[in-house]
Amino acid sequence: MSVELVVNKVGRRVPTVVNNREQAPFLGVGAYEPDGRKQAPPIRSCRDYPASGDKRVTDLKAALKKCGIADGMTISTHHHLRNGDAVALLALRAAAELGVKDLMWFPSASFPCHEPVIELMDQGVVHHIEGSMNGPLGEYCSRGKMRGMGVLRSHGGRWQAIQDGEVHIDIAVIAAPSADPFGNADGSHGPSACGSLGFALADSIYADHVIVVTDNLVPFPCIPWQIQGNNVDYVVEVDSIGDPAKIVSGTTEITKSPDRLLIAEYVARFLKEAGIMRDGFSFQAGAGGIALAFVEFLKKLMKEAGVKARFVRGGSTKYLVDLLKEGLTDYILDGQTFDLAGVESIARDPRHVATSPFTSYNYHGKGNFATLVDAVVLGATEVDVDFNANVNTHSDGILLHGIGGWQNCLFAGCTILALPSFRDRIPVLVDQVTTMTGPGELIDVVVSERGIAINPRRTDLLDRLKGSKLPIRPIQEIKEEVERITGGPPAKASLTDRPVAVIKWVDGTVLDTVWQLQE
Amino acid sequence: MARSARKTTSRRGEAGPQGDDVRSDLHVAVELTGSGGLKIELASKVGALYGGSIHDAAEHVLTALGVSDARVTIDDKGGLPFTIAARVEAAALRAGAEPKGDPRPERTVARSGPSPRDRLRRSRLYLPGSQPKFMINAGIHRPDGVILDLEDSVHPSEKDTARLLVRNALRCVDFIGAERMVRINQLPLGLEDLQAVVPEAPDLILLPKTERPDQVLVVAERIRQISAQAGDGHPIWLMPILESALGIENAFAVATADETVVALTVGLEDYTADLGVVKTQEGAETLFARTRLVNAARAAGIQAIDSVYGDVGDEEGLRAWAMRSRALGFEGMGCIHPRQIEPIHEAFAPSAQEIEKALKIVAAFQEAEAKGLGVVSLGSKMIDPPVVLRARRLVETARRTGLIPQDAPAQDKSGA
Repeated sequence: MSVELVVNKVGRRVPTVVNNREQAPFLGVGAYEPDGRKQAPPIRSCRDYPASGDKRVTDLKAALKKCGIADGMTISTHHHLRNGDAVALLALRAAAELGVKDLMWFPSASFPCHEPVIELMDQGVVHHIEGSMNGPLGEYCSRGKMRGMGVLRSHGGRWQAIQDGEVHIDIAVIAAPSADPFGNADGSHGPSACGSLGFALADSIYADHVIVVTDNLVPFPCIPWQIQGNNVDYVVEVDSIGDPAKIVSGTTEITKSPDRLLIAEYVARFLKEAGIMRDGFSFQAGAGGIALAFVEFLKKLMKEAGVKARFVRGGSTKYLVDLLKEGLTDYILDGQTFDLAGVESIARDPRHVATSPFTSYNYHGKGNFATLVDAVVLGATEVDVDFNANVNTHSDGILLHGIGGWQNCLFAGCTILALPSFRDRIPVLVDQVTTMTGPGELIDVVVSERGIAINPRRTDLLDRLKGSKLPIRPIQEIKEEVERITGGPPAKASLTDRPVAVIKWVDGTVLDTVWQLQE
Repeated sequence: MARSARKTTSRRGEAGPQGDDVRSDLHVAVELTGSGGLKIELASKVGALYGGSIHDAAEHVLTALGVSDARVTIDDKGGLPFTIAARVEAAALRAGAEPKGDPRPERTVARSGPSPRDRLRRSRLYLPGSQPKFMINAGIHRPDGVILDLEDSVHPSEKDTARLLVRNALRCVDFIGAERMVRINQLPLGLEDLQAVVPEAPDLILLPKTERPDQVLVVAERIRQISAQAGDGHPIWLMPILESALGIENAFAVATADETVVALTVGLEDYTADLGVVKTQEGAETLFARTRLVNAARAAGIQAIDSVYGDVGDEEGLRAWAMRSRALGFEGMGCIHPRQIEPIHEAFAPSAQEIEKALKIVAAFQEAEAKGLGVVSLGSKMIDPPVVLRARRLVETARRTGLIPQDAPAQDKSGA
């Protein structure tokens, strides 16, 4: 199979057709103009749904059958249950038992618990995956074993693809920690509570058919209804939607590594010295070890300076919840909830608000929250001397991570990548990233244990940090120091010319290609 | 982490840790075969990126040792080149290879200039000599000194490897301006340590469990001998560690035993054990030893450096200890974790009020000197010469620690 490739705006070779659909190459940030109208599901009538509001059917197999499941359809699931999710496999295995073939699985993200999908691909039940792939699934794809091409999208990009009609969902299967027989569903209550259900919202609005699966059926009304029953066709009760211990962690732990703590401390001091940490500011930090520690350091500086934030964006954790409780932020706008403290807070505190990729991240909307955030602290596997970054593949080219909200967050006022300059012997600062997930023009600062590099485009930040005691250094200089430590630059990943997956930009254009490994 | 067995047969040797939790290190097994050439079998988590380089590094060491026939198995978890070289060399020597040739890795950090005898020694970070992963980033935490430890943090069965790791680290790890110290073992083992590390020009050697001046002299003489052969004239200072009642009694004699002794320090765990008392957080039981040490050091004109604070999680306790330590006359203390460095630097720094007052005194002194007055006065108060001396010393410390600009004349800040 030969694939036609073009070179896009950032010099990456990308395919023009992916899974039989024509693609636009990345044209530059903000250069692509969409047209047309949004996609819409078919019109339904109350006439066809029980007036009692009871949409329950006996099991998933029955529900899938009623949805008219057929070969080649697209089935979507969601990752708010993270590595504890049982529902995706229940749905795909039910489809297998019905003898269906060649499905496209469209998860909002996959986790190690989804490894058995490999068997379903080997059996022909699943044709390919459009969604994040890591661990064994990432390796399966990277070794060219998947029949179709992988498509990796950001959380915002997934909403954009659904809304713009790039991906047509035949059946959405939504795991719900609480639901009523009408299909109203909520993530913040129940034995498998996970917090927000934002990742499933687009699917509930745009899919042809929607099945809600719950292990905690409550009488109508299920409050709050993060998912509206008016969009739901069927409700299925199961014993368990997942393993609560793996859905949220009991506590999220701050890193103990002195090197990572130093990075976190540099980030906090940078925000202060750059004048970003001021009364009424906003920031976002994920649940990685460095990001959590950064919040603790920043909190200390905020208290000393007597300033508070207007809002912080999660991935919420205990550390963000503490800021809210101590009055150091007015709101948490939460995309997903990482620990028990976060789940409890979102269920009880009206200032802890569940958001969706539509409000936070969708690039084809009338604005989104990501651009309103003053500073965001992210990680990456590689950053190059032009500040381009990779979060998707290892330096050896194997798929490692999904994009998550990472690309969407790059639009914040100040985008900071906080990372070690090398891991074991593998340089993180490199000449050219193996895979491009984010163009350097949107990445403002790289904070490592060996120095802080400010993107030369941000002359304002360079000016504000003049005379600082922080170790501000050119990125090239830090990269060269790392290579002296690691014994020279690493060998290039050895890859074939066959695309196995593409990295989408937030506007649906193709930013880069993941190539099959050379074995 | 499993410890490797030493010399399972006379012709086979192993070195380095094994297991899933190993990071930035490797395990090497060398079997001298007598024929068939060098066969290197490599499994590495960074193999796709650095496989060739690891292979070359192993071959370089073995060739230098004159090993031409061996079966070598390397299980690498991202070890850096200086670690790879040390582990391969240790495994080959344990297999029975002759220690000959020059198997040292190429020097990748420039030799540092001489370390001033009275340089700042507020913090010195202990790094176990057998754990290269802690050495790599030690410098970024900006301690005044790093101690590559060959003594108590190294298991007796690992002394040989640690010596090679420390030697290679002195050649290849950039400690970013920190004074490079090595704690050798007690004599006579310590003399073998000197043979390995002195040619790499460390800045300072710590002598553990020192009790008598002759122990200092033996070490100082040996360093001079080795340095004369290596011949680069880099000064290597000595810091004896007093860790017993006898050591404390002989503090002044030890401090003045050799001109290269620049500081005295104390090991309180061993000292309290020697007294048969329990070490407490307040430290009343060690007060005598510590004040005695300060007095002896001052009398000898060298620095007094305190012990370590053992509870890494207790930052407040550390700060309190360090403040008391400075009040007693110590100029620094040891660190067992990088996060202890900053609190120690802060505790040993003069306060803003102290600096302000000292600057005023120095300014008044300069003014009196300029006018040819024999008596220094500030406002209505007469200032005694020792007060002036203390103020000048404090201003000097403030300059060196960046609390006031290097070139600012005292008058500018005096407000006078």
